[in-house]
Amino acid sequence: MLRLEQVSMSVNDSNGGNKDILHNIDLDFTSGKLYAITGPNGGGKTSLAKVIMGIYDLSAGQIFLHDEEISHLTVSERAHKGIAYAFQQPPRFKGLTVSDLLKIAYGDIDIMGLRKSLRDVGLCPEDYLDRDVGPGLSGGEMKRIEIAQVLARQATISIFDEPEAGVDLWTIQRLIGIIVNRFKDNPNCTAIIITHNENVLPICDEIIVLEEGRIRDRGTYQEIWPSIREDIECKRRLECRGEFGYEI
Amino acid sequence: MKFNQIDSDLLNTIASITEVPKGAVNIRKDGQPLIRMSSPNIIIKPKEDKPGIDVIVKPGTKNESVHIPVLVTQAGLQDLVYNTFEIGEDADVTIIAGCGIHNESHQDSGHDGIHEFIIKPKARVRYVEKHYGAGSGRGKKVLNPTTVVRIGSEAYAEMEMVQIEGVDDTYRKTIAYVEDKAHLKIVERLLTHKRQSAQSDIEISIEGKGGSAQILSRSVGKDESYQVFKASMIGKTECTGHVECDSIIMGNAVIKAIPSLEAENSEAVLTHEAAIGKIAGEQLIKLMSLGLTEEEAVNTIIEGFLR
Repeated sequence: MLRLEQVSMSVNDSNGGNKDILHNIDLDFTSGKLYAITGPNGGGKTSLAKVIMGIYDLSAGQIFLHDEEISHLTVSERAHKGIAYAFQQPPRFKGLTVSDLLKIAYGDIDIMGLRKSLRDVGLCPEDYLDRDVGPGLSGGEMKRIEIAQVLARQATISIFDEPEAGVDLWTIQRLIGIIVNRFKDNPNCTAIIITHNENVLPICDEIIVLEEGRIRDRGTYQEIWPSIREDIECKRRLECRGEFGYEI
Repeated sequence: MKFNQIDSDLLNTIASITEVPKGAVNIRKDGQPLIRMSSPNIIIKPKEDKPGIDVIVKPGTKNESVHIPVLVTQAGLQDLVYNTFEIGEDADVTIIAGCGIHNESHQDSGHDGIHEFIIKPKARVRYVEKHYGAGSGRGKKVLNPTTVVRIGSEAYAEMEMVQIEGVDDTYRKTIAYVEDKAHLKIVERLLTHKRQSAQSDIEISIEGKGGSAQILSRSVGKDESYQVFKASMIGKTECTGHVECDSIIMGNAVIKAIPSLEAENSEAVLTHEAAIGKIAGEQLIKLMSLGLTEEEAVNTIIEGFLR
């Protein structure tokens, strides 16, 4: 369905040179599967998502959707091809309401549909439909509204960038439940969840570990989790040794 | 009464009118009254010494509205009108004003509206004024409104002043006096493009104890247009006042925002915020990720911002 071939991405660094963010990434995502992308901070997870959405340009490589190359397409063209992205930190707007954004996301929707989409992400429609997507909303509320928009797109590929960030424990379960219900075993679409939440990993069909812009591991939860856990423990011991001079 | 197409388009744009509205109405066209009707509680009568009308709302009038739009369609006309609004004690009314100019000629057309509001104690007023210019003539469409408001104790007034598009030159002057425990909210929305020029001077003097006032301005300047926004809040006693001006700048436009606060009493709390900037790239990208083109995303952001 979605295929990345030798994808690299770099940005200008402060010395006028280039800093590589992604290095020769080869990845493929198939229909009906739920993927998790995880890894240390700064590993390139959000950059990878933005490269797929067309927000960041590639420095090398190609991206294919249904075997059609989409590397040259704009963000809106990719959206029309069926790629949707829930931003890690959604932007705020002055004067645009929750209802406005949902209507754009759906294209055509009645009031009942709008109300349901908010209830699905744990928000009361009466309280939110007419509110500005502005400073009056908390980070958690923004995330839920963002996820509602991506679900509204009914896209072929839906990418959720840290859906759990800023969301309370009760709502996380609900949001993840909605994503699983929508995408698990659905032969027409694929979800990619960028996450640091270890509770999300077991429900995904496949986990991709990204570190320093490279794929370090890929496999099922059973295959991958032991190495992730060992890595976390190892880093924790190193940090403690460096900071406190003894090992826990 | 049936309006011709030009009048109908202007009225619909500035006052959402498609037919003669119910209640008190005064539609002025090309310097002459086109329709004038009073209602039992809202009396409209012509001034005797100069062009214009007196609108008198009886005390205690509730949930009524008055429409007083102005149309200028005659080439070269410079219309000048003086309107006085007296809102009776404890009344609650909505006033829909506005001016639409249609100019297909090479001569300038204009309308200068001098409005005075006397809002009696405990009254509530919502005033909406939209300005709009249409027509492909080379003649300028010019609007210069002056508004003087005195808000009595415990009264509330919300004034929404919008310039949608097509007005080449405008100079708007607003002066307000706020008495004890009264509240005034002025909302301005302005869009300029091409080589249009717009200046707005607002001065609010909070004279009564416990009075409050807000000035909220949002504007978009495109192309080669020029805007100046001056907002002055004067607190003469224990009061609160806030000025907020927010602008989106595009193309080669120039925007000046000059907020000014003057406290004449140590219990006055006055604040201001001013921001001018282009549309944030992340906002565009966000809307494009929902399927809008870049142009559609820009228009959506501007439309929301000026709503």
